[in-house]
Amino acid sequence: MKLMQGAMAALLAATVMTSAAAAKVIDVAAGEGAQQRLQEALILAEPGDTVRLGEGVFVLTDGLSLDVDGVTVRGAGAERTILDFAGQQGAGEGLLVTSDDVVLRDFAVRDTRGDGIKSKAAHRIVYLNLKVEWTGEPETSNGAYGVYPVESEHVLIDGVFVRGASDAGIYVGQSRNIIVRDSVAVQNVAGIEIENSYNADVHDNVATGNTGGILVFDLPGLPQQGGHSVRLFDNIIVNNMTANFAPAGNIVATVPAGSGVIVMANRDVEIFDNVFEGNGTANIMITAYRYGEMSEGYQPLPVRIRAMGNLHGRTGFQPALPGGAEMAAAFGGNLPPVLWDGAGGPISIADQVGAISLGLPDLTQPREAARPGPVDLSAPADWPRVPAVVLPASMEAAAAAE
Amino acid sequence: MSGRLRISGKGTARARRALAALLAVPLLLGSAPLPAVSDSAIMAEAFPRTLSEFGFFAGSPDRPVAALRPYDLRTPLFTDYADKRRFIYMPAGTEARVSGDGLIEWPVGTAIIKSFGYPQADGGYRTIETRLLLRRAAGWVALPYIWRADGSDADLRIAGGRQPVSFTTPSGRAMTISYAVPNRNQCKTCHETSGEVTPIGPRLRNMDMAPQHRPAIAGADWTLAVLPRWDDRAQPVASRARAYLDVNCAHCHNPRGSASNSGLFLEYERPPSMTTGLMKRPVAAGRGSGGFDYAIDPGHPERSIMLYRLRSLDPGIAMPELGRATVHEEGAALLDQWIAGMEQR
Repeated sequence: MKLMQGAMAALLAATVMTSAAAAKVIDVAAGEGAQQRLQEALILAEPGDTVRLGEGVFVLTDGLSLDVDGVTVRGAGAERTILDFAGQQGAGEGLLVTSDDVVLRDFAVRDTRGDGIKSKAAHRIVYLNLKVEWTGEPETSNGAYGVYPVESEHVLIDGVFVRGASDAGIYVGQSRNIIVRDSVAVQNVAGIEIENSYNADVHDNVATGNTGGILVFDLPGLPQQGGHSVRLFDNIIVNNMTANFAPAGNIVATVPAGSGVIVMANRDVEIFDNVFEGNGTANIMITAYRYGEMSEGYQPLPVRIRAMGNLHGRTGFQPALPGGAEMAAAFGGNLPPVLWDGAGGPISIADQVGAISLGLPDLTQPREAARPGPVDLSAPADWPRVPAVVLPASMEAAAAAE
Repeated sequence: MSGRLRISGKGTARARRALAALLAVPLLLGSAPLPAVSDSAIMAEAFPRTLSEFGFFAGSPDRPVAALRPYDLRTPLFTDYADKRRFIYMPAGTEARVSGDGLIEWPVGTAIIKSFGYPQADGGYRTIETRLLLRRAAGWVALPYIWRADGSDADLRIAGGRQPVSFTTPSGRAMTISYAVPNRNQCKTCHETSGEVTPIGPRLRNMDMAPQHRPAIAGADWTLAVLPRWDDRAQPVASRARAYLDVNCAHCHNPRGSASNSGLFLEYERPPSMTTGLMKRPVAAGRGSGGFDYAIDPGHPERSIMLYRLRSLDPGIAMPELGRATVHEEGAALLDQWIAGMEQR
C-alpha cells in the first residue's frame, strides 16, 4: 500500500512537472487586428498557459471569450493595459469566461456596451487588480454590471475598481463561497451586490458615490434562491448619494439614493466593523421582497440579521423615500441610521443607534400603508455566528503571486 | 419553407452532377482520386485549416458531395436573414438512433454541416461561411470556416470575424450589414448543454428530411415531427410563437444552457408561467429592460421586455446576442401578435 502511494505521488509529481514545463506564455500586443489576435490566443491557450497582454489600448470590436480551464489572462497593470470596447458591435459583455480556475489580473476594461467582465459557471475564478469603467458620467446607457461572476462555486474579487455601472459595479449572483475584498466601487447604482448567493465575505472595500453602497439581495424566479450567510465587515461605505440612474424595470432602480447597506430577503447576514458616513437615506436598510409575484419555494423575508461595531456618521438627512422628508421632520430632521420595513426578523442591531420600522409586517401591505415609528432592535442576537469564507488554497496563492 | 426545400433539392441534383463529372475524371486521367469525405479529418483531434480537407464539397460551396444528406428545419433559427443549407454526414456503415425523448444520438464520425449565404442582386448566390459540428470520440467540436472570395475553399477562422454583406429581406428592404461569423467559443455559447457542445437544430420534431435519407436515423417515427412551422398561418399563433421561441431562444434559455442564470426558460413544452416570461421581472437585464417591468406583459407587447430586446440592435440590449445585426421583423410581428392576444393581468 505504501509503495502504491509512493508510486502515485511520483506519478502525480511527474504530471505536475510536465504540465508546468508545458505551460507557456502567449504574448498579445495592442495594435492592428487586436480583436482577432487576442480572441485567437484565448481560444488556443491550453490549461496552465498565460495570455499576456501588452501595454496600450486594445481597440476591440466584439466581445471576447475564454473557455479553457486554468488560463491566466494578465495585463501590464490596470492603468497600462486597456481593453477598449467603445466600438463594440456584438456580444452582451466585454469579456466572457466560461471555464474553471481562471485568473484575470492587471488590466482594464472600458466602455463595454453591456456588462464589463462576466464569468458564468466558472468555478474558482480570481479577479485581481482590475479596473472596469464607463468613462463618461454615470448614465442609464452604461452597461449593467462591471464584474459579473454568476453560477460559480468559489469566487475571489480582490483589488478591483469599478466605476459607472448602471446596475452593480461588483455583482456576484447565484454563486457559493465568495470573497470580495480590497476593492473600490464608485458611482455605480449599486457599488457591490451579492444576489441569490450563499456564503460571501465582503470586507475591506470602499463603496462611495454610488446610489447604494452594498446590497445583499435575493430575488424570486431564479434557479438559485434563498440567499444566506453573508458577512459585510471592515468596509468604508460613505457618501453614496448619486441619483439612481438604473434603467426602470430593474429591481435596483428602486434603490433610494443615500443607501449604505440594503439587505433584502436573505437570512444570516452580519454587518460589522464598517464605517458609514454621508448616506442621506440610511446606513442600514433591511427589507422583505415587496414586488408582487413570487416563485415557488421563494422566501421573501429577511431573517437573522445582525449588526455590531459599526461607526455611524451623518446619515438620514435626505431620505429618498416616498414621504421621506415628512418622516425625517417627524424624527427631528434626520432619520436614524437603521431602517426596517417591519417584515421578517429577528434582527439585532448592537450599534447603539436608533432604528425605525415602517410597520409593514404583511407583504401584501402597500408602502402607502407605512406607519413609521421607532423600533428597538437592540436585543442581543441569540443565534449562531456566520462562519468565515475559506477559499481553495490555489486561489489565495494566485492572489498572492507576484 | 418550400423555397428552402427546393434549394436543398437543387443542391442534391448539383451534387449528383458534380459526382458524375468527377467520376468521369479518373476514366480520362487514370489516376485522380475519387472525392471522398475524410473520416479521419472529422475524427482526429486536429483542427483542419481548410474545409477542403474534409471533402464535403467538390470544389465549391454549391457542390456538396453525394455522401452529405440534406435536411431542413420546420422552424429555423434566425441569423440575419441568411439562407442556410444544412447537411449531415455519417461514416459508411453507421446510423443515428432516436432515443425515447426524440433526441437523436449521432455516431462518432458524424458531421453536421451548415452553410450560410445570401442570394445576390445579380442572380448569383454567395456562400459566406460553413460551420461544422463534428462528433469526435471525446464529444462535439464546433468549427467555423469562411469561404474565400473565389469560392475555391474555406479557411478555419476560430476567432470568427466580420464581413460586409448586402441582401434584400423578404419584405423588400435592401440591407447592408456587418455580418458576424462567430468564434469557436461563441459557437459553444449557443450549442452548450451543461458546459458541453451539443447540436441544437437537428431534433426529430423539427426536422425535414427527404424520405430516401430517413433510414439513416434508426428508430425515427417521422410522424412525431410536430414542432409547428413558425410561419404556418394555419397553426395557432401561440403554438407558432412558442416554436419560434424554442428554436431562437431556448438553446440558451433552458436550465442547462448559457442563459440558465436568467431563470427565463423557453422550451416549447414548458407550461406558461413566470418561468416562461409571464409577469417575470428582469434580473440582470440592465438597460435591456427598456424601462419595462416584465419579460412578457400579457396584452401589452409594447411594454414587454422580450419584444423590446428582439427589436433592438444595440449589443447591450439585443436578443439573441449573436447573429443579430438585423431585426427579424416577421418573427417579432408573430410574438407581438401573440402577446397582444393574451388576457391582460
